Amino acid sequence: MRYDFDFSFLADFWPELARGAGETVLLSSAAILSGFVVGTALAVARVHGKRTMSALAAGYVEIIRNTPLVVQAFWLFFGLAALGLHVPAFQAAIITLVINVSAYTAEIIRAGMESIPKGQHEAADCLALSRTQVLFHVELPQAIERVYPALISQFILMMLASSIMSQISVEELTGAAYGIQSITFRGFEIYIVVAVIYLLLSVLMRLAMEMVARAAFTRRRRLGTPL
Amino acid sequence: MTNIVEFRNVRKSYGQVEVLKDVSLSVPKGSVVALIGRSGSGKSTALRCVNGLETIQGGELHVCGRRLHEPGTDLRSLRKDVGIVFQSYNLFPHKTVEENITLSPRLTKGLSKAQAKEVAQLVLAQVGLSEKANAYPEQLSGGQQQRVAIARSLAMEPELMLFDEVTSALDPELTGEVLKTIEALARQGMSMILVTHEMSFAKRVANQIVFMHHGVVWETGDGSMFDDPKTPELRNFVGNGL
Amino acid sequence: MNTSLSLAHYLLILQGAGWTIILSLMGFVGGTIVGLPIALGRISKSALLRRSLAAYIALIQGIPLPILMFLCYFGISVMGFNLPALVAAGLAMTAYASAYLAEIWRGSLQSVPNAQWEAAECLALTRFQRMTHVILPQAVKISIPPTIGFLVQIVKNTSYAVVIGFAELTYTARLINNSTFKPFIVFSIAAALYFALCYPLSHYARRLERKLKRA
Repeated sequence: MRYDFDFSFLADFWPELARGAGETVLLSSAAILSGFVVGTALAVARVHGKRTMSALAAGYVEIIRNTPLVVQAFWLFFGLAALGLHVPAFQAAIITLVINVSAYTAEIIRAGMESIPKGQHEAADCLALSRTQVLFHVELPQAIERVYPALISQFILMMLASSIMSQISVEELTGAAYGIQSITFRGFEIYIVVAVIYLLLSVLMRLAMEMVARAAFTRRRRLGTPL
Repeated sequence: MTNIVEFRNVRKSYGQVEVLKDVSLSVPKGSVVALIGRSGSGKSTALRCVNGLETIQGGELHVCGRRLHEPGTDLRSLRKDVGIVFQSYNLFPHKTVEENITLSPRLTKGLSKAQAKEVAQLVLAQVGLSEKANAYPEQLSGGQQQRVAIARSLAMEPELMLFDEVTSALDPELTGEVLKTIEALARQGMSMILVTHEMSFAKRVANQIVFMHHGVVWETGDGSMFDDPKTPELRNFVGNGL
Repeated sequence: MNTSLSLAHYLLILQGAGWTIILSLMGFVGGTIVGLPIALGRISKSALLRRSLAAYIALIQGIPLPILMFLCYFGISVMGFNLPALVAAGLAMTAYASAYLAEIWRGSLQSVPNAQWEAAECLALTRFQRMTHVILPQAVKISIPPTIGFLVQIVKNTSYAVVIGFAELTYTARLINNSTFKPFIVFSIAAALYFALCYPLSHYARRLERKLKRA
C-alpha cells in the first residue's frame, strides 16, 4: 500500500474543527441535562404513576429504544419542514436527542429505583414523610447513585451519536469533517483526526461527569464504597 | 387510665389467608406490652396494624385517639405520634447518622436546621451514640445502627413506640446494648409495644405479655406466666425456648 | 388510506429492510468471529495481550459509528480497492460489534463463579479442558440475554450506514422522502419495520434474563 498521508490541511482548517467540536459539546450538554430531567420524570411515572400513565411511559420508552436515532431525527426534522415549521437544525437535533436520551435514562433510573430495598420506603413512610418527600430525599438520591456509572456510559454514547446530526445539517464535528473532506479530498486523514478528537471528548466528558458525581454523592466521596 | 391502643375483635386477611382472626387487647398509656409467639402467629402483623402499615378488615382499632377501622385516617399525622423500629433498621445509607435523624423533623415538623440538630444531639445522647453524629450507617455495627434507628424515631417525639423484632438480626453480643436502650425508654414512661423473642427481657420489662397463636390472643399475663403457663400451646412454646 | 406511495416505493422500502437484515447479520457474524478470540484474550495471563486488546476496545467504543463507517470507506479506497459500500459498512459493523461483544463475553466469563474455576482445577483438567467443559458452557448461558440485547443495537445501528450511501432501510426511506415529500409516512413505516425487528428481540432477551435470575 502506497499512500502519502497528508495532514497539512490541519493548519488551514483547525478553526472549523474547533468550532465543530464546540457545537458537539454544546449539543450534547444541552441534550444530556434536559434528557436526564425528562428521563427521571418518566422513570417516576413508570414506577409510581397510575396504570395509564405508567403504560404510556412504558410505551414511549419501548418505541424510542427500539427504533434508530437516525430515523427519529429524520422523522422530526423532515416532518417539521413538511408541516411548514422552519425549526433550525440545531433545535431539531436537541429535541431529537432529548427524546432519545430520556428514554434510555428512564430505563436505567427505573432499574435503580426498583433495586432499592422495600424497607427504605417503609421506614420513610413511617417517619411521616409525604410521597414527594420520600421520592426526592430517599428514593431518587439512592437510585441515581446506584446507577450513575450506567448513566455516564449512556451519556457518552449519546455524545458520540450526536455525530449523525450532521445528516440534518447541524454544523457539529462530523459535519465540519465532511465539509473539509469535500474541499481537500483527504478523507482518510480527516476522519482519523476527527476520531481522535471524539476520543478526547469521550475521555474529558467522562472525567467531568465523574467529578460531578463526586461532588453530588458526599457519602461516596468520604467513604469510597458503592451504595 | 386511658388506653393508648385498643384492639377490639380485629380481623385481617391477606387474600384468602386469615392472619388475624379475632384479636382483642389493650395497651394502657405508659405501659409496655410484649407480643410473643411462633412465626405465623400474627404478632408482627398485629403490630404493623397499629401504625397503618397493614389495614384491618374487621373489628375496631383505636390508636392515639384515632379510629383506624374507619376509612380516611390521616396516616401521616398518625405516624408523627407513633414511631416504629424495624428488624432491619432501614437507615438511609446515603445520609449521615445526624441527617437520618433530622430529616423528618425538618421536613414534617418545620424545624430549622439548628433546632433539628439540637434534637438530634439529645436523642443520640439518649441512646449513647453522641460521637457518631457524622458517621454513615455502614461505618457502624448492627447494634449501633439499631440504636440510631431508635433515636431517629424518638426525634419525632412520639407518644407510642413500636419495636418489630429489633434484635433478631443482631449478633448475640450486640443485642444487649439495644435492649438496655429500650429498657431505659420504658423506665422513662414511654408507651411501647414490642414483638420479641427475648423472653427474659420481656419478663423483666413488660407490664403485660401477650402470647399469640393462630391469629388470636391465646394467653396474656405478666412475667409469671412463663413459670406457670395455663395453655398447652404456651407451655410448648416456652418449653422449646429453654 | 391514500398514502401517495406507489407499490414501487413499498418494494424499495422492503428491499432496504432486506439490506438492513443482511448488514446486521454480517456485523453479528463478523463481530463474533473477531470478538470471541478478543474476549478470551482479555482473560489471558499475558498483561500485554490484555492491555492491547483493552486499548482496541476502548478505541472502538470511544468513536462514533458514523466515523468508523467513514474510516472504513476511505480506508478501503486508500488501500487501492474499489469495493461497494456494503463492504465498508460490513467492515465497520464487524469492528463495532467485535468490541462490544468481546466486552459482553468477557463479562460473562468473569461472572462464572470462582468456585467453578477452582473445582475444575481440582479435577486435574488442563486449562483447555477446564474452559471447554466447565467454564464456557456456563458463560455461554449467562451471555445469551445481553448478546441478544446487543443484536438489537446492531440492527438499529446499521442505520448509520446512511453516511456512506449504503442503501439500507434508513437511506432508502430518505431517498423516497426526497421525491415524495411525505416524511411522516415514510419514516413512520421505516420506524415500524425497525420496531418489528427489534422489539421481539428485546422482549425475548428480557424474558431470558428473568428466567436466568430465577434459576
